[in-house]
Amino acid sequence: MKLYCLSGHPTLPCNVLKFKTTTIMLDCGLDTTSVLNFLPLPLVHSPRLSKLPGWVSKDGSANLEKELKECAGRVFVDSQPEFCLPEKELLDLSTIDVILISNYHCMMALPYITEHTGFTGTVYATEPTLTIGRLFMEELVNFMERVPKAQSATCWKNKEMQRMLPGPLKDAIDVWAWKRSYSMQEVNSALSKVQLVGYSQKVELFGAVQVSPLSSGYSLGSSNWIIQSHHEKVSYVSGSSLLTTHPQPMDQSSLKNSDVLILTGLTQMPTANPDGMLGEFCSNLAMTIRAGGNVLVPCYSSGVIYDLLECLYQFIESANLGTTPFYFISPVANSSLEFSQIFAEWLCHNKQSKVYLPEPPFPHAELIQTNKLKHYPSIHGDFSSEFRQPCVVFTGHPSLRFGDVVHFMELWGKSSINTIIFTEPDFSYLDALAPYQPLAMKCVYCPIDTRLNFHQVSKLLKEVQPLHVVCPEQYTQPPLTQSHRSDLMLELQPPPMPYRRCSVLNLPFRRRYERVYILPELANSLVPSEIKPGVSLATVSAVLHSKDNKHTLQSVPKPPPVAPSKKRKRVLEEPPAVLAPKPLLSGAVPLEAFLVTLQKHGITEVKVEETADGHILHLQAEDTLIQLEEDGTHIVCDNNEPLRTTLRDLVLRFLQKL
Amino acid sequence: MPEIKVTPLGAGQDVGRSCILVSIGGKNIMLDCGMHMGYNDDRRFPDFSYITQSGRLTEFLDCVIISHFHLDHCGALPFMSEMVGYDGPIYMTHPTKAICPILLEDFRKITVDKKGETNFFTSQMIKDCMKKVVPLNLHQTVQVDDELEIKAYYAGHVLGAAMVQIKVGSESVVYTGDYNMTPDRHLGAAWMDKCRPDVLISESTYATTIRDSKRCRERDFLKKVHESIERGGKVLIPVFALGRAQELCILLETFWERMNLKAPIYFSTGLTEKANHYYKLFITWTNQKIRKTFVQRNMFEFKHIKAFDRSYADNPGPMVVFATPGMLHAGQSLQIFKKWAGNEKNMVIMPGYCVQGTIGHKILNGQRKLEMEGRSTLEVKLQVEYMSFSAHADAKGIMQLIRMAEPRSVLLVHGEAVKMEFLKGKIEQEFSIDCHMPANGETATVLTNPSVPVDISLKLLKREMALGGPLPDPKKPRTMHGTLIMKDNSLKLVSSEQALKELGLNEHQLRFTCRVQLQDQKPEPETLSRVYTHLRSVLKGSSVQLLPDGTVMVESILIKVSSSPEDPDTKTLLLSWSYQDEDLGSFLSSLLKKGLPAALC
Repeated sequence: MKLYCLSGHPTLPCNVLKFKTTTIMLDCGLDTTSVLNFLPLPLVHSPRLSKLPGWVSKDGSANLEKELKECAGRVFVDSQPEFCLPEKELLDLSTIDVILISNYHCMMALPYITEHTGFTGTVYATEPTLTIGRLFMEELVNFMERVPKAQSATCWKNKEMQRMLPGPLKDAIDVWAWKRSYSMQEVNSALSKVQLVGYSQKVELFGAVQVSPLSSGYSLGSSNWIIQSHHEKVSYVSGSSLLTTHPQPMDQSSLKNSDVLILTGLTQMPTANPDGMLGEFCSNLAMTIRAGGNVLVPCYSSGVIYDLLECLYQFIESANLGTTPFYFISPVANSSLEFSQIFAEWLCHNKQSKVYLPEPPFPHAELIQTNKLKHYPSIHGDFSSEFRQPCVVFTGHPSLRFGDVVHFMELWGKSSINTIIFTEPDFSYLDALAPYQPLAMKCVYCPIDTRLNFHQVSKLLKEVQPLHVVCPEQYTQPPLTQSHRSDLMLELQPPPMPYRRCSVLNLPFRRRYERVYILPELANSLVPSEIKPGVSLATVSAVLHSKDNKHTLQSVPKPPPVAPSKKRKRVLEEPPAVLAPKPLLSGAVPLEAFLVTLQKHGITEVKVEETADGHILHLQAEDTLIQLEEDGTHIVCDNNEPLRTTLRDLVLRFLQKL
Repeated sequence: MPEIKVTPLGAGQDVGRSCILVSIGGKNIMLDCGMHMGYNDDRRFPDFSYITQSGRLTEFLDCVIISHFHLDHCGALPFMSEMVGYDGPIYMTHPTKAICPILLEDFRKITVDKKGETNFFTSQMIKDCMKKVVPLNLHQTVQVDDELEIKAYYAGHVLGAAMVQIKVGSESVVYTGDYNMTPDRHLGAAWMDKCRPDVLISESTYATTIRDSKRCRERDFLKKVHESIERGGKVLIPVFALGRAQELCILLETFWERMNLKAPIYFSTGLTEKANHYYKLFITWTNQKIRKTFVQRNMFEFKHIKAFDRSYADNPGPMVVFATPGMLHAGQSLQIFKKWAGNEKNMVIMPGYCVQGTIGHKILNGQRKLEMEGRSTLEVKLQVEYMSFSAHADAKGIMQLIRMAEPRSVLLVHGEAVKMEFLKGKIEQEFSIDCHMPANGETATVLTNPSVPVDISLKLLKREMALGGPLPDPKKPRTMHGTLIMKDNSLKLVSSEQALKELGLNEHQLRFTCRVQLQDQKPEPETLSRVYTHLRSVLKGSSVQLLPDGTVMVESILIKVSSSPEDPDTKTLLLSWSYQDEDLGSFLSSLLKKGLPAALC
């Protein structure tokens, strides 16, 4: 059993598990942090961006002014943004049988894997994960395709060149493997390979392994996975939350008794309390609006935004923001808001019971109905005519490199009465803002990451007690910036097995048993005998049938009756056909009892001689020796087959047969 | 021999008050708990005294499962749980859980408030009953207890209708509830994997019907409505508030839009809007097309269909009215029917099945004079049309489901005895499996023959699979030997050696030694090699070796030759074997006693 680790990003994992005869990919995360090295894609021509100076090395030896632009001391690639894909060289990805998806954030690399590696398997995901994952992909493709960039920069990737570049470009890994976004056609083809599953549904893979998604409490339809056979159990925990937000609570008890627990997707903000951040978010928002400024919230189009809107729903009246327009701008804004209302089965109990009334589970339905929240596919079209300031705008992408958010950065960045509030934890806000510097706009950082923190996870692990834990190496040491915080790491006994990008781990597994089914006919013919109190034994002779990784035992078919042989004489010469080998024997032959038995069978003249290990019985009349020892009996008997068989059967009476 | 017992308390050779008891692997499950529309006395509920004469049902039932929200499947639930007494879990899907209490409350109002019956369940009882409900998701495996698990499949009959698989160990039963094998305008088709249950309990409403294509029926329906409207008539369509009604609304809505018709369409009862809201929130339970397009256009927001007011019934001019309930046995549909029955321009379209005893059933059978309450009679002059829109599987669909699930036997419920008989014959003929059709209170017993799951040591299994080769030889089956250890309810199959080790037992070696005299003048080594040649020719299937230390070894049997100096022609063969080689050892000793064949001397 092996684990191949294809991604180094702890919250955007991509691992491959080889378990019995199956090859299972766990998640398919796309590391989007690479886009921070690129220049933003403006929706309308930006004079500022186009006037940025090209980069030339200090000594002038390297000139990449066409590809690289400098802004406030940092260098950016002027090209369509590219993503860091999961490692493709570590193993042959066409051998992957299935891909298990844990949540919609962790499937963004799917088209790269399913479309360009010869993948022929199946992808398993829950319905909300598929639906929202599709929206995320559609949005990404839309963001990229509506502002096509002619230039594709590659010169900077040259090893010689890259070495001369300033950081962080200099230290970027594997830049030649970075890829542009996929097309909608690739998305559709990739997602057509998804098979939907429900929580606790048991899916058989080739009869060898059973996989089952469990609610992980992090987002709509998010799941952890159990991968098990009859005797081994691997739990894959990815992006789980114990906080009460909108999704169904996490199913913890089903993770119990795992041999190995693979732990990924812990909170990226271990020191930020989500509730506190939510409060800060509201107060900063209200403050800015009251001062006549606009608020920009760069966000994903599903997930935390539902909680933000719910929070605002309660907050608007009390903060006197009833007349402030709230805009949600995304090509998939409408779909996201609509879909969120129809997944009642995947929601927490409170929201679920609303549907029984029947009422929409999320209050943003009311915000839309009362015109407080308006959604638009983009800044073009209706939005430009209905747009009123001051306002609050929710829009993507949180990296600030593409999407409508770029436009608002250019529009509002120059004025200090405006505020940008970061809520998504995936990108460092300083890096995100770098190409917009110098910036007058206020910046507030309230990252809301509801995933498990170290305290919660150690409590969880204590509860479910896996034999071994595997996790990204980042979790086995405190964060670089807070090296004294030993509470911000996993401390376990035995210590967790760390992995990094390109690691191959041998999982500590000893498989000892496999399930086999005894057919009723055979089962009925077995004769158990009690060997110790509560322990019975039966010898089994059977024919093994193995099909589709399922094993059954059947009775041995009776040999066809042998046609009566004409050459009777030859019959004796035929060696005996071995049907069933003799059982193993166990126990000892007690001397006194054995002598009594012999006597009963007419053998009276017995001379008993004591030896170092037992006794030798000399049957004088028959001229036969029986050597009785603790762990063995030896019968020396010449020329008297009937006597030998009698003695054999008498000895066998005292022994247990296995 | 383990067995599964199935006893219908209702729906046995009948339609109405579905309630089926299943005993499987020591567990008792109640499937559905419905009421009968055709009766107003005790017979309207299943006879729960069958389960126990006195007291509550909790200790006799492990769980109750409701397949969908129709009253003939859930109408007796509050009576059973609150009045007879049951506190265990009740499973149903989310939409059923949402809609079921509304229909129960409606039913209660009609019975208690309108008919003035007492000794009936109250609103509070409905609420208390619903508190015992555990929601069920599609395909989710729900562990009722350590042994009993259930799993729901999509049934397509109405919003939230489910088929359920009930499994204990390797025995299983599938109950279909009501299902539909063809997708319609708002629901998908029932689906189930090849789960090979021991018993498939299937409804058989349309056991003998093979329905023509849905399109034709729809065209027919629209034509009839259109003609009636054209000549100024009023059309009454009695429906149940949820289910068929939505499908017909979608149908009329699109037709009105296409034909630019102006005649009003009304929908009676305040439930409409609410009902449509349920459809919107549970859109994941509708068909693919509606789910895909719902963001752009919600199919359940109707432009042409408006709420009905009682006074509209007397308005002049044509109109179409959907009114509840669907079998004309009470309520608004019956009131409107009475008003419109006298005019031959009008029309009533019955879009679904009507239970015996209801007015719907009577007029469909051609009865033109109806006896009403208070000894008055009603003359029926309006046109009566029947359109089978009920989303039940027809004979073809039932056979299709059997092919899908591959059950070991079938049990028919929810149908008429004569029709069942016909279908039973067809099933037995086509699939060569048993088909049962017990009447109410009658028990059908199905013997099962489960195999016994055992843990085999991987070492033994791998050894066996390596020896067996990649493909089994049907002519020469390999026999595997092992020891089954039964300890604290666990069954482990290991090799005998491992069994000794695991149980901490010593192995006892039983050996035999036997001397055989042989007359042979040749020196010892030659005698030995002749014995070797002889045994080689006799024992073709065994390994025979001549070892350099002067012994012949047959499998693990040792043979040595010695002679005494006094009598060098008499050779003594010393045979020694262990008990494991007893058969061969015994054979060899008697073989050698006969001496070596002459040809070798």
